[in-house]
Amino acid sequence: MSLEISHLSFAYGRRTRLVLDDVSFSVKEGDLLAVLGPNGVGKSTMFRCILGFLRNYRGSIRLNGLDIKTLDHKEIAKHVAYIPQSTHPVFNYTVLDVVLMGLTNQVRLLGTPNQDHIGEAYAAMESLGIAHLRNAGYSEISGGERQLALIARALVQKAKILIMDEPTANLDYGNQFRVMCRISDLARDGYIIILSTHNPDHAFLYANRTLMIYGGRVIADGTPEGVLDADLIREVYGMDVHIEDYQYGSRRHKLCIPIDGGIGKHE
Amino acid sequence: MADAGSTRSPHTEPAGTPPEVRLHTADVTSTPSLSDREVPDYRLRFILLVLAAASCVIVSFIVGRFSIGISDAVLILLSPIAHFVMSVDLPILGDIIHILLSPILPVMETWDDAMYSVVFNIRLPRILAAFLVGAALSTAGAAYQGMFQNPLVSPDILGASAGAGFGAALAIYFYLGTGAITIFAFAGGLVAVGTAYAVSRLTRGNPTLGMVLAGILVGSLFSASTSYIKLVADTNDQLPAITYWLMGSLAGATMEDVYFAGVVIIIGLIPLYLLRWRMNVLTLGEDEAKSMGINTHLLRLIVILCATLVTAVAVSISGIIGWVGLVIPHFCRMIFGYDYRRVIPAAVIMGGGFLLLVDDFARTIATTEVPLGILTSFVGAPIFAYLLMMGGRRS
Repeated sequence: MSLEISHLSFAYGRRTRLVLDDVSFSVKEGDLLAVLGPNGVGKSTMFRCILGFLRNYRGSIRLNGLDIKTLDHKEIAKHVAYIPQSTHPVFNYTVLDVVLMGLTNQVRLLGTPNQDHIGEAYAAMESLGIAHLRNAGYSEISGGERQLALIARALVQKAKILIMDEPTANLDYGNQFRVMCRISDLARDGYIIILSTHNPDHAFLYANRTLMIYGGRVIADGTPEGVLDADLIREVYGMDVHIEDYQYGSRRHKLCIPIDGGIGKHE
Repeated sequence: MADAGSTRSPHTEPAGTPPEVRLHTADVTSTPSLSDREVPDYRLRFILLVLAAASCVIVSFIVGRFSIGISDAVLILLSPIAHFVMSVDLPILGDIIHILLSPILPVMETWDDAMYSVVFNIRLPRILAAFLVGAALSTAGAAYQGMFQNPLVSPDILGASAGAGFGAALAIYFYLGTGAITIFAFAGGLVAVGTAYAVSRLTRGNPTLGMVLAGILVGSLFSASTSYIKLVADTNDQLPAITYWLMGSLAGATMEDVYFAGVVIIIGLIPLYLLRWRMNVLTLGEDEAKSMGINTHLLRLIVILCATLVTAVAVSISGIIGWVGLVIPHFCRMIFGYDYRRVIPAAVIMGGGFLLLVDDFARTIATTEVPLGILTSFVGAPIFAYLLMMGGRRS
């Protein structure tokens, strides 16, 4: 399983401003790639290209060596699953139904999910600790539970590459970390995870690779410890931070601490 | 702080064993009432719904200006079967079977020709037409609401009713007769939706939003055209005919209407039923449905085609009947949940039964027929207001 993006450039419509400008990177099994960058730098656009939603880009995206422009949605869905931000849905399906939707590729064109499919959905919900919510309405459960339901939906899809658009947005402090823990477990199980986040600490804590996108370009690519430093954060986010080495028990990692409330000076 | 890697400031360990950093997701806060919730007995609910709809059918044969007892109605309906069975010549046991069946089958006529005519020529086509139209409108409404991810969408969102109204007005204006009115209305509905779909394909951005806007655009164009025909129509006969047609009625329903509408509606409803699981996924929106491997363009085209076909043919035999396609899917969801695997069959039965009931009122509450479109709005609007208030309280 491999995903290679090379010289990816994209502009909406006929506008000349490139949302993505010559982006290249590749990921391998077990990678948890945290994509950082301010709002509107093209993170979501990049995901939409990788998922095959946007097709008029320049450059190439290769899935196991195959150009994704030559693959239809059914084919892409076998390898790449999409986990959107947990939003409030219009139709209040049960959590079980939401997870079952991930099996659509395996359900016959004119059929409905059978008992085997339901068993698979239960197993995925069990592994994420949400099986007790199976008959609850998806719009009644908490944001963290919704995110886990969406992850369960991606797991039953049996795709090995999971694209997550800000999986921790809209989650409370505790649920952000619980959801991230689950995601890093998946990377350890061999999934390839590409997620966007606004929190450098999430990259430090869970990612083995990070990509900093700024102005549509990749300006840093490497391990979070290696590339995320105070200078980069000042350049991208316009704020002063102190990167602190932290040890707790046997665990060592870095933390990003805003200085003077983060914006440098108090007026 | 240029080189963050070199500034090491290891903190001293706190006393005692550090707690496990990894947390378990079972800790994710959840409302206890949501845990291990039971699934309602949908099978029982569906059986009750079918029984309710069946009683609507029986009641519809009895009520009306010309009173017919329940036993007479049943016997009259069975009489063709009796005639058929009795006329079949079976070589060996024929006579015995005929004698054995004679107590159950209405062999002796206990009714007069007028009653027979009312049941077969007036009430049966009208009942079948009401059921077909109700089923078609509510199923199309459910399909459109899912596709547009908007529960406030009705089956004429893409201009089907406006187009059909224009077609009917045109046929009335040219004195083309009843059969032509139906055909013109059907064609008008299809042309309107086809135009809306074509216009929406030329728009940029979100395809569903483009479709809604194109539907509004085409709908208002056809409504304006209908108004123009009303303006130039003969005020003695054409204008009242157009106005009455637009208000919706099943008073003139014939068996020919039923055959025509029945075939088209069944052809349109079968794909909607077969694609019920995929429609669930489509309600998640364009991107998510694609990411699960759905060909959204094709699926949306099939749903529009089928929903438009059944809406246009329903409107062509009944005139414009509002609210059924908007309100019944909501009731279905309240009773059967949001899953289209249940919503589609429920919408067929509930929509059919509901319109049948409203049509019974239409032909009995006043000395003259009350147009169906007026009654469904009188019933539908308060129900909808109630639903909106309930929905507001829940969220």
